Parts: sequence; structure tokens; C-alpha cells
Amino acid sequence: MNLELALPILIPLTAGAVSIALWRSVRYQRIVAVLATALLLAASVWLLRSTIDQGFLVMEMGSWPAPFSIVFVSDMLSAIMIVLTGIIGLSIAIYSLASTPKGHEKFGYYPLMHLLLAGVAGSFLTGDIFNLFVWFEVMLLASFALLTLGGERAQMEGAIKYVTLNLFSSAIFLSAVGLLYGTVGTLNMADIAQKVATIEDPGMITVISMMFMVSFGIKAAAFPLFFWLPASYHTPQVAVSALFAGLLTKVGVYALYRVFTLIFTQDVDYTHTILLWAAALTMLTGVLGAAAQFEFRRILSFHIVSQIGYMLLGLALFTPLAIIGGVFYIMHHIIVKTNLFLISGITYRLLGSYDLKDLGGIYKERPLLALLFLIPALSLAGIPPLSGFFAKFVVIRAGLEAEAYVVTGIALLVGLLTLYSMLKIWAEVFWKKTPEHVTDLRRLRGEVKEKHNWAYFVPVIGLAACTVFIGLNGQPIYELAEMAAHQLLNPQLYIEAVLGAQQ
Amino acid sequence: MESLMAYVVGILFAAAIYMMLRRSIVKLVIGLILLSNAANLLIFVVSGMTRGAPPLLPEGTSAPLSAIADPLPQALILTAIVIAFGVLAFAVVLIRRAYEVVGTDDLDQMKDTDT
Repeated sequence: MNLELALPILIPLTAGAVSIALWRSVRYQRIVAVLATALLLAASVWLLRSTIDQGFLVMEMGSWPAPFSIVFVSDMLSAIMIVLTGIIGLSIAIYSLASTPKGHEKFGYYPLMHLLLAGVAGSFLTGDIFNLFVWFEVMLLASFALLTLGGERAQMEGAIKYVTLNLFSSAIFLSAVGLLYGTVGTLNMADIAQKVATIEDPGMITVISMMFMVSFGIKAAAFPLFFWLPASYHTPQVAVSALFAGLLTKVGVYALYRVFTLIFTQDVDYTHTILLWAAALTMLTGVLGAAAQFEFRRILSFHIVSQIGYMLLGLALFTPLAIIGGVFYIMHHIIVKTNLFLISGITYRLLGSYDLKDLGGIYKERPLLALLFLIPALSLAGIPPLSGFFAKFVVIRAGLEAEAYVVTGIALLVGLLTLYSMLKIWAEVFWKKTPEHVTDLRRLRGEVKEKHNWAYFVPVIGLAACTVFIGLNGQPIYELAEMAAHQLLNPQLYIEAVLGAQQ
Repeated sequence: MESLMAYVVGILFAAAIYMMLRRSIVKLVIGLILLSNAANLLIFVVSGMTRGAPPLLPEGTSAPLSAIADPLPQALILTAIVIAFGVLAFAVVLIRRAYEVVGTDDLDQMKDTDT
């Protein structure tokens, strides 16, 4: 029994239940939200420490031996993702204190947020493929409700696309799980990995792996399956956008990393070549889509798509260095992207718009905010010494070593284009003069009583500090990613850790 | 029996996708319902259908006497049905609210968030 393995799931679930019990009192729900996410962060750090010490943590439900029970497994990748979940959870909880409208809080914003975190944590920790489906659904149902809280027209339209595509992908996932079970007769991922390797006819397994790739590709918003993301992520209120941007697509990426390093490695030439081109086109279409946009959060949404491409590139190249780069990129991206969304919320608060044409002049009045934007923005574009530089550098170096020159060239070009659209936001939102009609608008908004201002800035500054910290301490973070990559590329370690204890 | 069910699953998937490609949101949700049923049925078929052999042990034994049906896919389907039910209940509420807010059930009209 490893308590630290259960806590990242138990804490948000309990907090969600407690929040529902405190339905009438928004104040207590807020306190619970901050306390529980802080606890989650603490527990996740504990989990990471134990995982570093022990390599793998395994917990079997009801003490049944491994292939028969549902297992929770934590390896380095899971533990890293859980820590990021904790960081993002705490940031969003604090930010929500200020940004969430009253009506949303009354209709279950906090319980849904906890449920979402529980679903995300469960997806990262489970070692059972059907359980992964269940946690996905927990996460999705919470995200559906969060997306539609408020019920504006754009939200409804975005939600229909989001819900349909995600249910479609879940149906494909479920079918693939069924086919996999019919082929190998087990659901435990380690056991599947072991049995898949002994199957004589790999054709069926390749078909199933393609179904997994399509399903997780939809969830991760990979090319050509990403259209739901820019159509929906900018519609809910900003804390929800930021939460989704940071965590939800990365669950899809995590699932791809998990199954395509552990289970489907018998036909790497075929599957990972498809992944490689999907990654290249994801980067390119995402960044080009972003260049065409003039709405703050839509630009950022398209950038999620293009950054997903880098993470997939790491997986697709499938060399140790590439996987390290991919894991590093995920760590950097989750923090940076959430931060950018949170800043877009602050500018909205100041000027009442997300449209770049209506924004401007913030540098003059809030130079600190402008600086805070530059940190994640330049990090996203990959300017040293911020976190994005090292992440991109490792991925591109891996691409050159694998001699995938075309794809690496695309990755470099996309880096430049990212810089272009970040500078576009900078120039439009912070640098140019405030448009005339906006000054009137602001006078109107100036009458709104400012309260909880600190809650806007604490998470933004905290996340910016994380970005700088990763940038300045590249070596220890790189070592974490290296450990994760080592475990991912040696699936027998995982199999032994899960099944070996009993044999 | 298996081949017949395989055809049924195929037809359900085809019907589901056809419905989802129609322009009305109601048909979209019907498509989703068919899709989840098709997936459930697929699990059932693919993991082997055994007729008349419930996975029960006679009293006093600890292993089955003859071949029995695999209970696991049934547990999986049960879970999947419950999840699908919850999600579809949400989807039905969503289309109702969307119809109220947007004022149309034509998916082609719902492209404000696309560009």
C-alpha cells in the first residue's frame, strides 16, 4: 500500500465531495479549493520523490495479484505529470478566487474543478487500459460541464463540437480496448505489453494501435483531428480555458506516450512514421492558424495545437534523446501555456476584450504585467535562457541526430513563426496606443470595484517563476526527463515492476 | 452467431456515423447514442460469445467444471453503459440549451466559433 500513490486521486475526489456538501456556501468552497489543491501539490511532490527513490510505485486494488486487479502505477512520466497537475491545480484555484463570476461559483464550479483534477490524476496513474477509459470519461464529463457553465451562445456552439468529438474519440477508444481484449485477453497494460510481444500476427495489433492513435490523437488535438480545440477553448471563462489548455490535451499526449512506448512497439517503422508526419503537420497547421487569428485566446489555442506537434515529434523520433525532449517539452509547455491564458484573463479584466484590435497601451500603465507576459511568451517561442529554449533545443537536436531533416526544419520554422505571433500579441496588446473607443469602455469598467487583485497575480508570478526556474536549472529537470525516457524506452522495467512482484 | 453480430455492429457504426454527419443536432445525438451502443456490442462480440454457460461455480468447487462465459467483458460493458448514459444525458441537456440559446438546430449555422 503506497499512500502517496493514492493521494493525488483521493484528495481532489474528497475535495469535490466536500465542496458539494458545502453547496450553499461559496466562501467555504473557495477555502476548500485552495487548501485541497495545495495539498494535491504537496502530495504530488511526495509522489515524485518516492518515485525517484524507488523507480516504480505499484498499488493493487484489493490486494489482488497484478494481472487480475486494477493497478495504479507511477513511473517517472506519471509522477512528473502529477506534479504539473498539482502546480496547475493550485494556480487555477487561486486565480479562480478573483476571476470566476458569482453565478458560476454557485452552480458547482469548484466541485467540477476538483472532479476534473481527479480525472486527470487518475488518467496519469492508472495501469489498466479500461480504467484509463473510465478516468478519461470522469475528466471529460467534468470538462463538459465546466465548458458550458454560463451558457453563452459561443459556449454552446463550442461545447457541441467539443462534446461530439470527444465522445466520438471515446467510442473509438472503447472499441479499441474491446478489440485488444479480444486479441490478448487482458486489460492490465503491463500484461498487454508482455502478451502483445508474443503475438504471431502483428497485423491485428497494428490495426488496433491505429485506433488508439486516432482516439488519443483527437484528445491531444493532433493533425488532422484538432479542429474542435480552437473552436471551443476560447469560449469558457478564462480560468477554465487555462485549466483546459494546461492539462486536458496533455492527457491525450500522455496516453500516446504510454501506449506507443509500452504496448505498440512491434512495428515502430510504420506507426511512428505516421506519428512523425502527424507531428510535423500539427506544428505547421497550428502555428499558421495562429498567425491568422486576431483574438487573444484563439491565438493561444492554435498555439496549443502547434506545441502538441513538438511533443509528438519527441515520441515519433523514438530515440532516447527525443523522448527526453518530448517529456521536457510537456513540462515546460503546461506551465507556460496556462500562464499565457491567465495573463489574457488579466488583460481582459483591464480592458474588457480579448480582441487584439480593442486592446492596447497596457505597457504604459502596467509595465510589470507586460514583463510578466514576455516571460512565458518568449519561453514559448524558445528564447534562451527560458524553459522553452532547452525544450526545443533537445527536441531539435534529437531530430538532427535521427536525420529527420525535413521535420526538424519544420520545427525550427515553427519556432520562428511562434515568435512572430507572440510579438504580434505583445505589439497589439501591450505596445500600441489604446484605441479611442476602448478608453471609454475602460472608464465604465473603472467603476467596477477591484477586489482580490492579488489572486490574479500570485499564480501568474508563480508560474513565471517556474518557467525561469526551469530555464535556469535545466540540468536537474533534464535529468528527471532522462529518467522518464529511460523507463519509457525499457518497457520491461515497467512490466517487471507491475507483474514481477508476484512472480 | 458471432458473424451475425459482427454485421449488426458494422451496421450500427455505419448508421451512427451517417447520423452524425447530418445537419440536425438531434440526429447528431442519436448518432452518438448508436455509436456508444455499437462500441459496447463490439466488446461483447470480440471477446467471444458463449451461450448457456454462465460464469458460476457449483457450491464446493473452486474452479469451473467446463468452459464458461467470460464475465469481464460484461463488467466492462456495464461500466461503459453507465458512463455512456451519463454523458448522453448531458448531451441531451446540452442540445436543448444550445437550441434555446442559438435558436436553431442546424449545425451549419453554428460556426461563430470556427473562424
